[in-house]
Amino acid sequence: MLQQWKPDPTFYPSPKMAIEAPVEELAYVAAPRDDGKPDAMCVVDLNEASGTYGQIVNKLELGVRDEIHHFGWNACSAALCPYAPHPYVERRYLVVPALRGSHIYILDVKEDPKSPKLIKTLTADEVEDRSGYTRPHTVHCGPEGIYISALASAGSEEGPGGIFLMDHYNFNILGQWEVERGSQSLSYDFWWHLGYDIAVTSEWGYPGMIENGVSLEDLGARKFGHKIHIWDIRHRKNIQTLDLGDDYQMILELRPAHDPTKAYGFVNAVLNMNDLSSSIWTWYKDGDDWGIQKIIDIPAQAPENPDDLPPALKDIGMIPPLVTDHILSLDDRFLYVSCWGTGELLQYDVSDPFNPKHTGTLKIGGITKSHPHPAAGPVSGGPQMVELSRDGKRLYFTNSLYVAWDNQFYPDGANGWMVKADINPDGGLELDPNFFVGFGDSRAHQIRLQGGDSSSDTFCYS
Amino acid sequence: MRHPHIIGGKIFFMDTVSWIGYISLGVFHGINPGMGWLFAVALGMQEKRRSAVIGALFPMALGHAISIGVVVLVIVLAQQQISTNVLGIACAVVLFGFGLYKLFRARHPKWVGMRVNFKDLTIWSFLMASAHGAGLMLAPLLLRMPAGGHSGHTHHASASMTDSAAVLLSAVGVHTLSFFVVTGIVAVVVYEVVGLALLRKAWFNLDMLWSIALMIAGIVTAGMVFWGH
Repeated sequence: MLQQWKPDPTFYPSPKMAIEAPVEELAYVAAPRDDGKPDAMCVVDLNEASGTYGQIVNKLELGVRDEIHHFGWNACSAALCPYAPHPYVERRYLVVPALRGSHIYILDVKEDPKSPKLIKTLTADEVEDRSGYTRPHTVHCGPEGIYISALASAGSEEGPGGIFLMDHYNFNILGQWEVERGSQSLSYDFWWHLGYDIAVTSEWGYPGMIENGVSLEDLGARKFGHKIHIWDIRHRKNIQTLDLGDDYQMILELRPAHDPTKAYGFVNAVLNMNDLSSSIWTWYKDGDDWGIQKIIDIPAQAPENPDDLPPALKDIGMIPPLVTDHILSLDDRFLYVSCWGTGELLQYDVSDPFNPKHTGTLKIGGITKSHPHPAAGPVSGGPQMVELSRDGKRLYFTNSLYVAWDNQFYPDGANGWMVKADINPDGGLELDPNFFVGFGDSRAHQIRLQGGDSSSDTFCYS
Repeated sequence: MRHPHIIGGKIFFMDTVSWIGYISLGVFHGINPGMGWLFAVALGMQEKRRSAVIGALFPMALGHAISIGVVVLVIVLAQQQISTNVLGIACAVVLFGFGLYKLFRARHPKWVGMRVNFKDLTIWSFLMASAHGAGLMLAPLLLRMPAGGHSGHTHHASASMTDSAAVLLSAVGVHTLSFFVVTGIVAVVVYEVVGLALLRKAWFNLDMLWSIALMIAGIVTAGMVFWGH
C-alpha cells in the first residue's frame, strides 16, 4: 500500500498547536449492555449545523457481554516524535478492546466516519496467546506502535497484568511490553512522559474482584491496588513504585501533563477506606526520583433518606463520591473530576499542580440524588467517563462505569446518557441545556472525539 | 576519457560530477527530518536551550558518517575483487529493490528515547541512515570511480589501496560535511525562527521521495553498466 504524501492533518507536534484544531463534528461512544443484546460502538453527531446534532446517527454492533469500555486510535500525534517519525500513517482505525470478552475489534472510520466498519477481530484466544494477558483495557498510540494495558495474566486471571504492544500497520499483537516488572502485579491504566522516557502504570483489581460487581470482601481486605509504578520506557523496566498506602483502594486514571517538558501528572484514588472519600494525587519528578502527593480530598456525602441507598451502601449509610475518571485540558490548566457516586463534576485550576483551586461544579444524577438534566429531568447514574475537546471549550461525559458496578450502585437502572458542558475560559462550567443523548437500555462509557481529544494524543514537542 | 591516476581535472581524487553528487546527496539527507534535524529541534525544546540543538548535530553527523562509510568501504573493497559490471548490476538490483520495498512497505525504525547522550545519538543516527539506505544511494557515484586495480596501469597494489582509501575518505567526508551543514541550518532555523507548524504544512513524504531516489539511483547504476561510464 502506498503511503500518504502529507502528514495526517489531525497530528499536531505540540499541545499548543492541537488546541487550535478544528471543532469536533462526531463522537464515538462505547455502549455496553447487560441484556444479552450486542454491545455497540455508537456515533453521535456533534456538528451544530447538522439536522441530527446531538443524536446517535449510527451504531455498529459488536459482541454480546463483551464490556466494550475504553478504546483508542491506531495512530496519533505521537507519530511525529522525532526519534522514529512516521507521520504518514493515518488516524483512521479505532482499536476497541472488550474488557470482559478480551476480544479486540479494529474499526475503520475513514470511508464514512459516521459509519465505522469492522475490519478485523482479534479473538480472546489470539489476544491471550500472543500477549500473555487477558482483559485488555487502555489503548494508547505511541512511538513504537499501539500499546494496550490488560488487567491480568492469561490463564490464571490473576497477576501480573501489564502492557502489550500491537503493530500499527497490521494489528498483529507483538507480545508483552515489560522486560523487568519488579513488584508490579495489579494493572489498570498507563500513560507516559515521552520527554523523560518515563511511563506510569496504575492498579485496579483482578477480574475475579470486579466482574460480579466490586467484591466488598476483597475491598474490606484492602486487596485492590494502592500504588502506581514508574517505568523507564527505553529499558521497559519498573524503576520505582509509589505506594499511596492501603487506606487508598483503586488507583485508576493517569493524566500526565500534556506539555512534554513538564514532569508531573494526576491520578485518582477511588476510595479512602477510613472515610469513603476520593482523592486526587500529583506525581512528580523529584531530582532523580519520583514522588507523589495528595492534592484534593473529596468527602463522602450523607443521603437524604438512608433507606434509598443501594444494598452495597446500606450498612455504611453514606454516599462515596467514587471519583472514577478525570481529564486534563491540553493547556494543563483545568482538571475535570467525575464524582460518579455523588453526581457531581468538579473543575479545578491545576496551573500549580500542588495547589489546585476549585473553580466550578456541575450536578447531575448521583446515588439517591438523581440531580436532573434540563432536557431530560431526573437521571440515573452519575458523571463518569469524561472527555474534553482539544480547544478546552466543550466537555462531554457519560454515566456508566462498568455494567456490573452500575447494577450494584444504581440498581434501579442505569440507562445510558451523554451530556455536554460549556466551559468558561476563565473557569466555571455549565450544562448545555439542549444537549442530552439518550442511549435507551444501553449503557454509555468512553467517548472519543473525531480527530482527537484531550486523552487521545501524546506530544513530543512543547 | 577518465583516468584515476591523473590528478588534472580532479580535486582530491574526485571529479566535479562526484563532488556535486556527494554534496547534493548530503543536502538531500540533511533536509530529511528523519535523519536528524527534527530530533535536534526536539532536544532543544525539551531542554529549552539552543546549545542542545547544536550539540546534537555532532553525534548525528558521526553516526551518519559511519553508516555511509560502511557502505562505501564495502563497495570500494568489492571494486578490487569483482568486475565493475558485476558490481554495478548487483548495486543496481539492490538499490532498485530496496527502493521498491520501502515504497510499498511503510515501516519505520523502532526507537524510543528522548534522554540521549552522545553515544545514543551516534547509534541512533547510524541506525536511521542505515535503515534508510543512505549509503547505498552513493553507489552510482562510487562506481563512477574505477578502482586502482582495474586501471591497467602497473601500479603496486598498495598504491591502489591508497587511492581507494582517499576516495573513501573524500566521499564520506564531503557527503557528511554537506549533511552536517544542511541538518544544522534546518535545525537552527526551525528552532529559532520557523517553528514546528512547518511540520504540519511542509513535511511532505520525504520517505516516499527517498524510495524513489533509491530506485532512480538503481536505474542510473544499471545505465552506467550497460552504456559505459
